Amino acid sequence: MNPGRDSGARMALSGRRAFLGLAASAVGGVLLAPGIHLVEIAQAAVPGAATTGANPKVRWGLLIDTKKCATGCTDCVDACNSENGLSGLTGPTDAQWIRKVEIKEFGTGRTQSLPVMCQHCAEPPCVDVCPTGASFKRTDGIVLVDRHSCIGCRYCVMACPYKARSFVHEPLTNQKPDVPRGKGCVEGCTLCVHRVDKGQGPACVEACAKAGHQAMLFGDLNDPASAIWIRIREVSTMQLRADLKLDPGVRYEGLT
Amino acid sequence: MRQVRRRAVARRAAVAIALACAALSGHVPALANDLVMNRGLGPTIERARGEKCVADPAFMRRNHMDLLKHQRDETVHLGVRDAPASLKACIGCHASTATGSVAVAKTDFCVSCHSYAAITIDCFECHASKPQASASLPLNHPQAGTVPSKQVAQWRQNSAQAPGIR
Repeated sequence: MNPGRDSGARMALSGRRAFLGLAASAVGGVLLAPGIHLVEIAQAAVPGAATTGANPKVRWGLLIDTKKCATGCTDCVDACNSENGLSGLTGPTDAQWIRKVEIKEFGTGRTQSLPVMCQHCAEPPCVDVCPTGASFKRTDGIVLVDRHSCIGCRYCVMACPYKARSFVHEPLTNQKPDVPRGKGCVEGCTLCVHRVDKGQGPACVEACAKAGHQAMLFGDLNDPASAIWIRIREVSTMQLRADLKLDPGVRYEGLT
Repeated sequence: MRQVRRRAVARRAAVAIALACAALSGHVPALANDLVMNRGLGPTIERARGEKCVADPAFMRRNHMDLLKHQRDETVHLGVRDAPASLKACIGCHASTATGSVAVAKTDFCVSCHSYAAITIDCFECHASKPQASASLPLNHPQAGTVPSKQVAQWRQNSAQAPGIR
């Protein structure tokens, strides 16, 4: 038996199946009444895709209320570090997945504090520049690095306007079973994807809520019934560097 | 006359040896397998916690790397977690009772075999080789024997056609 060839054949078969399914639904779409979109049919044609793993109908996002985010509070950063096994050091070669940024208006001296992490863009530049396809966006909008194919070139680090990616310079030990990390790879906020897949929210959001700040809200930006969607419709929110048209999944409230 | 007789004897001996070799050749790999796996010439394999693996041990010996590689892409890209062939599930059952790991000591499950086979694995440069401290270790694999039944069936069929080292 040749397992490599076998799995290759299986992949090719599943690819053909997916194409045939899509083609069949395209034919169906032509015949069906207006208002029923092709995309919905195509998604419905893949049983099990929505029940396990990333759901393509979902877009995970965060809403951060900077009015409630206190200067000097690092609850979210600490939670991220302990959840993902980061050292918590902030030297030039230490990985930081989330950091607190203090901004000050020169004229009035008004200060604001906000956490900045991977913004999980809909059009992520890190994915565009990655030469190996290691930097990718999951169907539910979470931008990740596949460390198995990351070669550590750090193009994504350069491309990210939010400075959200870190490079691991030193060999690591005692990684978390849910969060494999290693030397030579680029990494960044995963939106705690291992927790999200279990139906939980990111560690930073949980820690912020537990401490009573309630400055972070996690949810599905595509679901009109979700708290985050309702809030974004109600109040004015902004995306960092909206001029770049990357459509970040992280939004900020009260940031002026 | 003597020369002719000698030649005939030599020919008969050669034929006998050839026949013996042919008869044995089918058993040699099995014999080698037996020596390696059952008579202490192979790596030391510590007993796992679970009662039953996700597939036959013989199948796993040959194909675990393919299962793991397939599963890693499903997990990273599609978010399919807690699948039968996940590395975490393997570590959960196979972590040594002495070291609590599959790759710390030379006798630990993964390292023991891979050093015997002279294969360097780099899984544990990134992945934790110990199960989650809080997680209770399964006495039986939740998906014991369930895994990739198609692959297992194919492998059984192939190995029935061509017996040898499994």
